Amino acid sequence: MRALLRRLWFYLVAAFAAITLNFFIPRMVPGSALQNFLAKMNTASLTPSQLQALEAQYGGGHQGLVAQYLTYLGNLFHGNLGMSTSLSTPVSTVLGNDLPWTIGLVGSATVIAFLVGTLIGVLAGWRRSGLLDSLLPAATFFQAVPYFILASLLMLTLGFYGGMFPTGGAYDTGRFATVTPGWNGPFMANVIDHAALPAATVALASIAGWIIGMRNMMITTMDEDYVLVAAAKGLPRWRVVAVAARNALLPSISNFALSISLVVTGSIVTEIVFNYAGVGREIFNAAQAADYPVMQGILLVVTFTVLGANLLADIVYVALDPRARKVA
Amino acid sequence: MSPVLRPRRRSGGSGSRPRWLRSPKVAAGSLILLFFVLLAVFGPMAAPHSPEWQASTLDNVPHPPSSQFWLGTDVQQHDLFSQLLAGGRDTLLIAFVGGLVATALSVVVGVSAGFLGGKADEVLSILTNIFLALPGLLILMVVMKMMPDGDTGNPLLIGAVIALSAWAWGARVLRAQTLALRNQDYVDSARVVGEGRVRIILFEILPNLLPILASSFIFTVIYGIGAYASLAWLGLINPTNASWGTMLNTAQQFSATTSGTWWWYGPPALCIAFVGIALALLNFGIDEIVNPRMRSTRRGLRSKGPRFQLGLTPVVRAEEGTRP
Repeated sequence: MRALLRRLWFYLVAAFAAITLNFFIPRMVPGSALQNFLAKMNTASLTPSQLQALEAQYGGGHQGLVAQYLTYLGNLFHGNLGMSTSLSTPVSTVLGNDLPWTIGLVGSATVIAFLVGTLIGVLAGWRRSGLLDSLLPAATFFQAVPYFILASLLMLTLGFYGGMFPTGGAYDTGRFATVTPGWNGPFMANVIDHAALPAATVALASIAGWIIGMRNMMITTMDEDYVLVAAAKGLPRWRVVAVAARNALLPSISNFALSISLVVTGSIVTEIVFNYAGVGREIFNAAQAADYPVMQGILLVVTFTVLGANLLADIVYVALDPRARKVA
Repeated sequence: MSPVLRPRRRSGGSGSRPRWLRSPKVAAGSLILLFFVLLAVFGPMAAPHSPEWQASTLDNVPHPPSSQFWLGTDVQQHDLFSQLLAGGRDTLLIAFVGGLVATALSVVVGVSAGFLGGKADEVLSILTNIFLALPGLLILMVVMKMMPDGDTGNPLLIGAVIALSAWAWGARVLRAQTLALRNQDYVDSARVVGEGRVRIILFEILPNLLPILASSFIFTVIYGIGAYASLAWLGLINPTNASWGTMLNTAQQFSATTSGTWWWYGPPALCIAFVGIALALLNFGIDEIVNPRMRSTRRGLRSKGPRFQLGLTPVVRAEEGTRP
């Protein structure tokens, strides 16, 4: 517990840094962000109060930097992320609708990738130089190709030409839709059907990392004395492998922090390809409409989500590794 | 003798190729990469037309590859082959600049964190971890959108911004490795002899970090290519900059993927994918050279040797009949 508390203040600092960065980004870019914004904006007219709100958010008003920062913090503290300029709704409402879709997508894809990848990694490390090992370079293909290309590839082959899965959206909408949103069976099946390809993209892209990490750790761990002891005791082979795998798993979990933000940004790009209903599509639309408040709100929320996922990984790590509990 | 224990021949023994080229992965990766580097350098000059050149302004049907236009044309009758040749330069340049800057940053932060320890380490580690958690591509999207249009075409600026979001990964790995090296005997003895901190870092520690540096550089370049291509594909890069991502962006705008004009979106996507694969192969090869235990030997070990290894003592079940 003390180890976790110690980690907790890192998360506080990180959250604060993210908030501060979010404040300074529009002020750091060359030229005045407010002027750029007004130049790129699509809506023709702004009410004075809207202009005032924008000035508060992007500077260029009459307040000093410190006062702007304090106003920004105060607004944030009240959950006020500003108003969307293209949708005329509060940013927090927009995000509240999008975030569950993204978290569901990233979460399920990550869990699948982690479980399958770790399992394959264990097998590849155990049966080293086997068939699985020779497939490793193929797995890196998915890692080396940008998400949007992999997503388009899956969409074209399995979705568009293969016709096995829907090519876009999070569920059937429109005139011919037979499902009604809600917690009912047909709708859930429809959602899963639509999520299959985006989730497969995210899982495929991140699986190579899990496989290779686990394989390399397995190879190192199998040389440890305690594995030798387990084998010498005459345990069945799979039990010996399980002993090694349990220990090899730990670095994999702490590596989670290295990859999660890449996975999240990747899944946001994937959402754009599949026109999925999450924050990815929202930030794309916001970028098209130069809707800065929404873009920044998404940036902040995604950062917080990543930090939350890291905290979760930390908790799991502490639960699994007694050494992490002692070092406090 | 047991195939597990077969010693590797040292380079120079049989003479011909340097050790790092013997790995087929590294060889293949370097060849593909060399091809694309040459394409990036000479492609724009070799292109038959400029990227903006239009064969006709009246025709608005994309034409499939022909002898006149090797990769066909798009809706606006741009010669796609010329665009493809011209599109590599910015992508590679930006990724390369990004990789260099990010690697430099990660060395400075990671090595000093690992070597100095104490409070400095704590502060630098927190900084690294914060940057790790930041969603780089999203920040880039926001920054690119906010920048004036002229600046989103500047390759060096984009490379630097990409680097800012990519250095943390390398810094974390380098820090861990420096921590491990710091207390090695040879570093201690250098300290006892009276070498200065800078000298120890530069001459004792850094050479041992080179493989990790190389692999983190390659990783960052892969990331940079993906990031730049994604940004261009999203239309956040000045569209006058011809690049593979920009081509995909126009293809997307005219919904080329759903109208079956494969010659439009296929080649640029393949180029991006192949550069990525080449770099990944290189990285894979480097890993194996640095850490021979990670190597997978397809020949020899499989089927005849012992499968289950424990240390250097092969444990073989008798009923398999494969006793060495």
